[in-house]
Amino acid sequence: MLDFSQAFDAAVRQIVTLDPQLLEIIALSLKVTLTAVAVATLIGLAVGGVLAVYRFPGRSAVAAMLNALMGLPPVVAGLMVYLLLSNAGPLGVLQLLYTPQAMIIAQVTLVTPIVAALTRQTCEDLLEEYRDQLRSLGASSAEMVTTLLWDGRYRLVTVVLAGFGRAIAEVGAVMIVGGNIDHVTRTMTTAIALETSKGNIALALALGMILLAIALAVNVALMGIRRLANHFAYA
Amino acid sequence: MLEQPRPLTTFDSGAPFLGTLLPLELRHLSLETGGRRLIDRIDLKLEDRGITVVLGPNGAGKSLLLRLVHGLLEPTEGAILWGNAPMDDEVRRRQAMVFQKPVLLRRTAAANITYALGLRGVPRSERASRALRALELAGLRHHAFAPARVLSGGEQQRLCLARALSLDPEVLLLDEPTASLDPASTLAIERLLIGAKHSGIKVIVVTHDVGQARRLAQDVIFLHHGRLIEHQPAGRFFEQPESDTARAFMAGGLVL
Repeated sequence: MLDFSQAFDAAVRQIVTLDPQLLEIIALSLKVTLTAVAVATLIGLAVGGVLAVYRFPGRSAVAAMLNALMGLPPVVAGLMVYLLLSNAGPLGVLQLLYTPQAMIIAQVTLVTPIVAALTRQTCEDLLEEYRDQLRSLGASSAEMVTTLLWDGRYRLVTVVLAGFGRAIAEVGAVMIVGGNIDHVTRTMTTAIALETSKGNIALALALGMILLAIALAVNVALMGIRRLANHFAYA
Repeated sequence: MLEQPRPLTTFDSGAPFLGTLLPLELRHLSLETGGRRLIDRIDLKLEDRGITVVLGPNGAGKSLLLRLVHGLLEPTEGAILWGNAPMDDEVRRRQAMVFQKPVLLRRTAAANITYALGLRGVPRSERASRALRALELAGLRHHAFAPARVLSGGEQQRLCLARALSLDPEVLLLDEPTASLDPASTLAIERLLIGAKHSGIKVIVVTHDVGQARRLAQDVIFLHHGRLIEHQPAGRFFEQPESDTARAFMAGGLVL
């Protein structure tokens, strides 16, 4: 496998020399995913906290739907956002298709149900333990939500990291709504798919190694957070 | 353990005790779940401050009764009146409850108290000093900035009691506060309760520990199978219980 070892060498060289093309792709990927995760976190924490505390008709239906959407295939999320943003779609006038904004929207669609569903679960578990004491202290429902979100902070950070891991690694959604346009909407995952099929294994390998490193970093962070939470008995 | 708990210096509330939550009156109070009557037509009037002990074997309905009077459970039938007014959020805000299993937030000991003070509308500037005073009273000053949940079981329960007392409640409700604690922690809790009594707080404590009831009670409510069997001043109850079940219970027999 001479080709492979050559490609591997080239990949390592690209990473070590901070190849501009490589950096551009990594930067766009991080920008899209971090923005999407930030938005999804804001929505997901609020939705999850409210679902855990408030009682209203259709509550369990919403919770069940969120659980189902956790497993939403990225290509389906992409398709939904594509239909929404295409010229014939309801948001077509915004002309967002094939822009980074479109990719952010697609990843928000993907990550929000994950954050919301896991937040609801976390908050419900905590509420089970806290409910009588909080009611005794006189907490309103809104105060219960903020209390649960704060007291679940360690677990919720891991929830957000899980959402990040899913978004950074997905290819289907950003491919459909972004279009993998060079210098505009090319992310790590879409570039890997394209470059591999073009035979440019070096760039694909370099991006693959970066993705693996990110996955590793996320897991190390998760372990650290769990250990910290256990140390304080805040788990 | 022959040492009797002595009253501590009372908790300095700064606010006059109004006592308007008394009398506590239960009228024909019943609670049913799944066709079973867990609290069975209890009529009761508590007029005096001091410590009322709710005594009875396991499953007698003691904890349920406490949750009912604190408004954490809705009765199936009957009424609960605090100072001739029905239970509501406002009444509950003048009370505090300590549960059998300490419920502590995932924060420091001091933050557990300042959090509760915040919920009760205490100005931010007063919270820290009140929290530290409450911790001092409970002998936990040195743990103020330790995560609450790494404290020992006895310390956690003292922290719960300190949090309850920091709220300056007119009524303090406790559900088996020392059920799983060592004697030293039990003594510390009982001292705090006697201190609370002397500062004019009405204390209602559920226990199945006859010794504890003897050490604390001014009056005793004896429950069995969800029914009120006896409500007597402590002296009379311990010397001459009227009912066979209470007599058997205090003789250490198994009450079925």
